[in-house]
Amino acid sequence: MILQSLLITLFSIILIAALLTAAGVFTWVERRVLGFFQERLGPNRVGPFGFLQWIADTVKLITKEDALPPDADVVSYRLAPVLVAVPMLAGFGVVAFGPGLAISSLDMGLMFAMGMLALTVYGIVLGAWASRNRYAMLGGLRAAAQLLAYESFLGLSLMGVVLLAGSFTMGDIVLAQQDYWFILLQPLGAVLFFIAGIGAAHRLPFDLQESEQDLVAGFMTEYSGMSFALFFLGEYLAVLLVASLFTTLFLGGWLGPFLPGPVWFGLKVGIIAFVFIWLRAALPRPRYDQLISFAWKIALPLALLNLLATGWILAVWRAAP
Amino acid sequence: MIGWFPLFLGTVALVSAALTVTRPSVVHGLMWLVAALLSLAGTFFALGAGFAGAVQILIYAGAILAVFVFVVMTFDASPPALARERLRLKQAARGPLLMVLALGLPLIFGLWGGAVASGLAPGGVVPVQAVGGLLFGPWAVAVEIASFLLIAALLGARHLVRRDPPQDSERHAP
Repeated sequence: MILQSLLITLFSIILIAALLTAAGVFTWVERRVLGFFQERLGPNRVGPFGFLQWIADTVKLITKEDALPPDADVVSYRLAPVLVAVPMLAGFGVVAFGPGLAISSLDMGLMFAMGMLALTVYGIVLGAWASRNRYAMLGGLRAAAQLLAYESFLGLSLMGVVLLAGSFTMGDIVLAQQDYWFILLQPLGAVLFFIAGIGAAHRLPFDLQESEQDLVAGFMTEYSGMSFALFFLGEYLAVLLVASLFTTLFLGGWLGPFLPGPVWFGLKVGIIAFVFIWLRAALPRPRYDQLISFAWKIALPLALLNLLATGWILAVWRAAP
Repeated sequence: MIGWFPLFLGTVALVSAALTVTRPSVVHGLMWLVAALLSLAGTFFALGAGFAGAVQILIYAGAILAVFVFVVMTFDASPPALARERLRLKQAARGPLLMVLALGLPLIFGLWGGAVASGLAPGGVVPVQAVGGLLFGPWAVAVEIASFLLIAALLGARHLVRRDPPQDSERHAP
């Protein structure tokens, strides 16, 4: 019992360290890839290909002053960035990186991860409110409405997969994809989940709560130093979490020939993360009303339809001799 | 028998609930409500009711309270408004606090009586399939009645946001 707890603790610490490093490296990859997309160099001075740029940035952010706006609600202001980053780390606790390689193979793993994604809204809204800044406030209002709209069909879009796999546990869902990846059986669900994932991770093109043209930096206008870095850490971890969920649900998780499971998992997550960056470079932001009406009027009914159709097909399939 | 972990989380939930109704700032109160709901979810998980716990996080903490926050963050939180609220709370907080105390008694007696087991989920974990089977088996009628409530709420919302067709006198030339 004690040995088991110690092992879980050790694994958690290793995982958190790996995730923080991955998020750091991701910032470098993103800047570098965006540079190529936009025909400029990107960071290329620190280390080979500028690879050590993220370490230099971290050192800079740690040593910068973490300024506090004079009217701010101190406790909420300090707590908000933590509330963005910590649920994301907790969400990874149920992700299965390989056969049996998960901190917890929770019975309700998928719903737990979705719940953790849903909790980011509090960090953003609290930060926006505590800053006592008009731009931040507008960003917070946008974030609350957007995250609600996109969470609504995030869950529904992946219920088709749950129906097919007959389980909410990450490991079981991966094992159910031995023959076909679920992206082949649930193409609409996969597309909807990906769109919802961009919305839930509040990445471009769906980052109207921090769109710099009209809101300076939205909810994190007042933040600097490490608090600012924590918001970004939360955002990058959210991207990695959504990519991990997408890999688990639709791309067969750790399954693949020759290479060991976790390597396949990492490769797939890397490809999805690359698509996130690609979309950021390729697509303009929609108008806010377009963003919200797309979620409620198009995506949510489509997700319900997908679930209904999957249910019918499965019922007929199973009833057939 | 009940584990230490659910007891601890239950206590946290009660304290957060008390703080929810006694904070002068509405946003602070709501954040304590979030804390109460999350510790309640943790209690469910620790008692082996994973489905209830996940739904608690996803529906209550993730969706319903997010709507509350959306409205409440636009309220007046200036020092004079807070002072007024504090004055009002002096009288009004007694009832809820007594309620919390009453709810806390079983916890205290439980500890006193030594009804505490070690380890998580002493009663075992309830699988999702069992919950689903119960909800859509013996309790199907109750579930459907609850869904009527939701449909009524949906129709109400539809009615509230309905726009009347413009009258002739109000219609503007294009």
